[in-house]
Amino acid sequence: MAVTHAARAAPASFLEEVIAATPGGDPRLDRCIQCGTCGGSCPSAADMEHTPRQLFALIFAGMRDEVLRSNTPWYCVSCYFCTVRCPQDVHITDIMYTLKRLAIREGLYRESSATEAPAFAETYIDYVENYGRSFELGLATRHHLRHHPLGAIKKVAFGMELWRKGRIDLTPKRIKNMAQLSAILHKAKELEAANGRGGGA
Amino acid sequence: MSTAPLSRKPQARIGVYVCHCGSNIAGVVDVKEVARWAGHELADEGVVIARDYQFMCSNLGQELIEADIKEQGLTRVVVAACSPHLHEATFRHACQRAGLNPYLCEMVSIREQVSWVHTDREQATAKAKALIAGGVERVAWHEPLEPLIVPINPTTLVVGGGIAGIQAALEIADSGYPVILVEREPSIGGHMAQFDKTFPTLDCAACILTPKMVAVGSHPNITLLTYSEVERVDGYVGSFQVTIRKKARYVNTETCTGCGLCIEKCPVRVVDEVFEAGLGYRKAIYRPFPQAVPKYPVIDTVHCTYFQRGKCKACQIFCPTQPKSINFEQKDELIQVEVGNIILATGYDLFDCRRIPQYGYGRLANVYTSLEFERLCNAAGPTGGEVVLRDGVTRPKTVGIIHCVGSRDSKYNSYCSVICCMQSLKFAHLVKERTGAEVYNFYIDMRTPFKDYDEFYQKVLAEGVHFVRGRVAEVTDAARHPGEEGKIIIQVEDTLIGRQRRIPVDMVILSAALEPRRDAQEVAHKFGIACSTNGWFIEKHPKLDPVATMTEGIFIAGCAQGPKDIPATVAQGAAAAARVIGRIHQTHLALEPVRASVIAERCSGCRICNNLCPFNAISFREDLGVTEINPALCQGCGTCVAACPAGAITGTQFSNEQVFAQIEGLLMLDFSGKPVRRLEPLAAAEPAFF
Amino acid sequence: MKYGYYPGCSLERNAIAYHESAMAVAPLLGIEFKELEDWNCCGATEYISLYALPAYALMGRNLALAAQQQLNRMVAPCSACFINLAKTDKYMADDPRLARLVNEALAAGGLHYKPGSVRVRHLFQVIVEDVGFEAVAARVVKPLYNLRVAPYYGCLIVRPTLQQLFDDPEYPTSLDRLLRVLGAKVVDFPVKTHCCGGHMTQISEETALELIRRLLKNAADYQADMIVTLCPMCQLNLDGYQEEVNKRFGTHYRLPVLYFTQLMGLAFGLPPNVLGFGKEFIDPTPALAKIGAEPPAPEKREHPSKEALPMPAMPRQDGGKP
Repeated sequence: MAVTHAARAAPASFLEEVIAATPGGDPRLDRCIQCGTCGGSCPSAADMEHTPRQLFALIFAGMRDEVLRSNTPWYCVSCYFCTVRCPQDVHITDIMYTLKRLAIREGLYRESSATEAPAFAETYIDYVENYGRSFELGLATRHHLRHHPLGAIKKVAFGMELWRKGRIDLTPKRIKNMAQLSAILHKAKELEAANGRGGGA
Repeated sequence: MSTAPLSRKPQARIGVYVCHCGSNIAGVVDVKEVARWAGHELADEGVVIARDYQFMCSNLGQELIEADIKEQGLTRVVVAACSPHLHEATFRHACQRAGLNPYLCEMVSIREQVSWVHTDREQATAKAKALIAGGVERVAWHEPLEPLIVPINPTTLVVGGGIAGIQAALEIADSGYPVILVEREPSIGGHMAQFDKTFPTLDCAACILTPKMVAVGSHPNITLLTYSEVERVDGYVGSFQVTIRKKARYVNTETCTGCGLCIEKCPVRVVDEVFEAGLGYRKAIYRPFPQAVPKYPVIDTVHCTYFQRGKCKACQIFCPTQPKSINFEQKDELIQVEVGNIILATGYDLFDCRRIPQYGYGRLANVYTSLEFERLCNAAGPTGGEVVLRDGVTRPKTVGIIHCVGSRDSKYNSYCSVICCMQSLKFAHLVKERTGAEVYNFYIDMRTPFKDYDEFYQKVLAEGVHFVRGRVAEVTDAARHPGEEGKIIIQVEDTLIGRQRRIPVDMVILSAALEPRRDAQEVAHKFGIACSTNGWFIEKHPKLDPVATMTEGIFIAGCAQGPKDIPATVAQGAAAAARVIGRIHQTHLALEPVRASVIAERCSGCRICNNLCPFNAISFREDLGVTEINPALCQGCGTCVAACPAGAITGTQFSNEQVFAQIEGLLMLDFSGKPVRRLEPLAAAEPAFF
Repeated sequence: MKYGYYPGCSLERNAIAYHESAMAVAPLLGIEFKELEDWNCCGATEYISLYALPAYALMGRNLALAAQQQLNRMVAPCSACFINLAKTDKYMADDPRLARLVNEALAAGGLHYKPGSVRVRHLFQVIVEDVGFEAVAARVVKPLYNLRVAPYYGCLIVRPTLQQLFDDPEYPTSLDRLLRVLGAKVVDFPVKTHCCGGHMTQISEETALELIRRLLKNAADYQADMIVTLCPMCQLNLDGYQEEVNKRFGTHYRLPVLYFTQLMGLAFGLPPNVLGFGKEFIDPTPALAKIGAEPPAPEKREHPSKEALPMPAMPRQDGGKP
């Protein structure tokens, strides 16, 4: 049944804020029983400051800053193991995306140990918003030069290999009706800003 | 068949009583105004007195009614209060005590239907008035009725020979009444017979069960029909006609001594999927376990060489009795019995762990289900009680026990299976005792609520079992780090330390959910009861009446009603037995006379109603050319009344006149309280129309 | 059978082998593709990390164009593109507020999308569901005998389930079955739906390399000759970063990673040059050389020892009765 949870009143708590900012039907975060299946399933849990379950416990406790500073959402690989195994049907992966968005809006991601991740996303998006397509070479170059220029040398070698095998374009491709896409994205950003932080659509 | 109904509204002297129910009703409905209005506005409809009172159901409230009946000469009573489910009986008895037929009392619900669902005081008060007006109009058409008295046959049918059925059968039989116990497996005992030890006492299951089994087998009042199933149930409480199929054992139970030579000599060995939970073997001719009651084996024709290919007959050849006890020509036998009451104690099935692939059951050899592990521990089991890996030889050095497999999970069963935490603790204790292995229990919550249960948890804690609070994510053989090769890895978040752990073990035990029997729906339908959304048999009231059902004469007991431990199962078996014994003592039962009946003169014999009755109460009289309704089977659902195109069927307490009168009463007012023009009274002789 | 085709950014260049082999085998399976005109990037997992509504609008444009171009049955070969498009459709259907806002944004570009009008499925899913194993089997002329393959599904084709339940989200068997139909020997590969790390190679290489190592190790432990995949991201990670894994962990894996369409093409007798071979980091030639002309001898059934306890019956992976 399609339930629009976003029809709830203005969020009174951080928990409600997260729920309201997650589109696609009720994310059911408030049904979490802290069983730990998500933390047990997560392939990158070892690199996270907080397991997904812990992060949710912090959300229940209203610890907004600590949650948005955590590197956990940035280490989520979107494999959906947690979502599929959760006995309470919590939309965990979608909540991770919400937390990423909220962290960026607050700028708190800068205080996490995963500072590059949002920058990577931003660079990726930059290409999509200008060309309508992703551009791997540009993305990799800009990102690695900016964030670890020394390590970039290795990446260059990798990039060369890809090019030699004909697996990378040197120039970006652009869609024909870029104006249409731009108009759509522009409007969408407007609507998002008007309708509340972090999206929540 | 009844005579044609009255054609004009009868005169009545009606008393109206409006209950405050504390503030439950009075908090929303202006009860004083409603009573005043009824006494005034409905005087023309027959109301001679209208009162309001704090609690009509109290003794004082009831006495008000009784006094008025005597002093005011009331011939009808309307009580506006809570739902009839709660106090209809109360007010009917009050009328009866005062000498008024109880069916001349009508309850109008102004709590569940008004004060509990509306907040606007004005509108709620108007609605209460309308409902009472409807009740007043209707009750004038009520006729005095007598309950239907049916005799109770003292024989009881118990379906299911597990501990619930055994307990029930023994209690009824010990009270001196005959019992027929039907069990579909070759022996009684149920799941309890498969267990090794039982919590919290660690009693050996067979040791405490077999005395009861033997008692059942030898009880003069119990007719034991094993390897049998109920085919069909007809009739109603007090006289059910039950058809039972006694499946052919191919063994003559008159001459068989139970020596077991046939079993020894049978060359066909198959996996025993039922009693050994797939972990052990049996022969094509077999007894489920050594202490089986009765002792007679049965032949599994699907695997028997003689039945499949016409060869062998070793069992017959070696049978030492004269004449031989093996009879390949034996046929199923259908018998008919008549019983007064039925107890369904059909038990549960275990969750199929293959449905959770990430737990590895079926792919990884050393992952066991709870029932498999019980068989492993059992001294009469496939390994003689040795806790070993599936190679049948190796002792595990580390064992993981997983709680909540298939329970508390929206994808499988959202309920808690009640016994798994205790069972898992029991397993932990048994593994420690038998192997000295390191044991890990993985749980979400520790549920140990009943007598001596938490003490059992303390005991297991003291034995050095490791407890990890986390719902296991994966059970896998895919090694990641050194030390994991060749082991089964349990991957879980240890939530109390907030870290993911991978724990290598040799063996895993899955505490699987208890589920309703796969054919529970079918069985429920056969007996005329219902199943809940989770598939368990539905009790009459979850708190106040857990062993009765909505169908008179059918009771339920044990796990068929929902997962529970042995003490609760035994209690329910005994409870069901007590109810039945009480009924038998009464020798007769009064049934509600709310029934449909055919007005013979109007029946054209079209038979449209014949197949509509969910209770099989309708039959066609060929000799008279009309349809007839059995008042004892009829439950007054009204399906046939609505379906009859000639309006030839009427229902007592729901006749056409009564229903139309009620509607008229409701419409007498519009919802702002203004009286509207009254509809012309319908001539009762007119058929129903749409 | 005609389908709309959404290649996604990877199939243009990085995974051009996937694209070429898919185009090569399609006619043999009775499939005709029509590429979606002027499709845009699906946003991968990046767009939605920064914006919600714009991310859905980005994907929504593709769905709206598909509906406009009357391509109501769409196929996406890349798992990420597939899940993004399918999820957008489903979420718009489940969340009317989202649908309203997305359409408001699309209107700025003169577009509109009614949820449910376009059905997007993964290329592999379409082959299994619409073409069927029998039809595939009928095209096999050079069975891949003796080739031990590890079927790697990756995450997004089976999770989230979005109520489609194409195959089991934990232990799917459709790719196993397809590869068997092609004549290969499919090894058990329990981590077949575990994550390859996705974009973590750029964000935290250490994390990604460990995820890739786990997959390679499991395939090697089960003596696979190669890994077969159905997603460009998975192929790049397992193939392109294999040497890096070896360097970092001191391992010596040499497992070629090919697309299932490439193996289908080989089995159908198509020449390697139309199947995009030659772009791999790990050379598949030695593995492919193992393919024999004769079917392997049937494996001797191991008789369980006398003491061994029976195992529960499991459904057969070729769809027959257990």
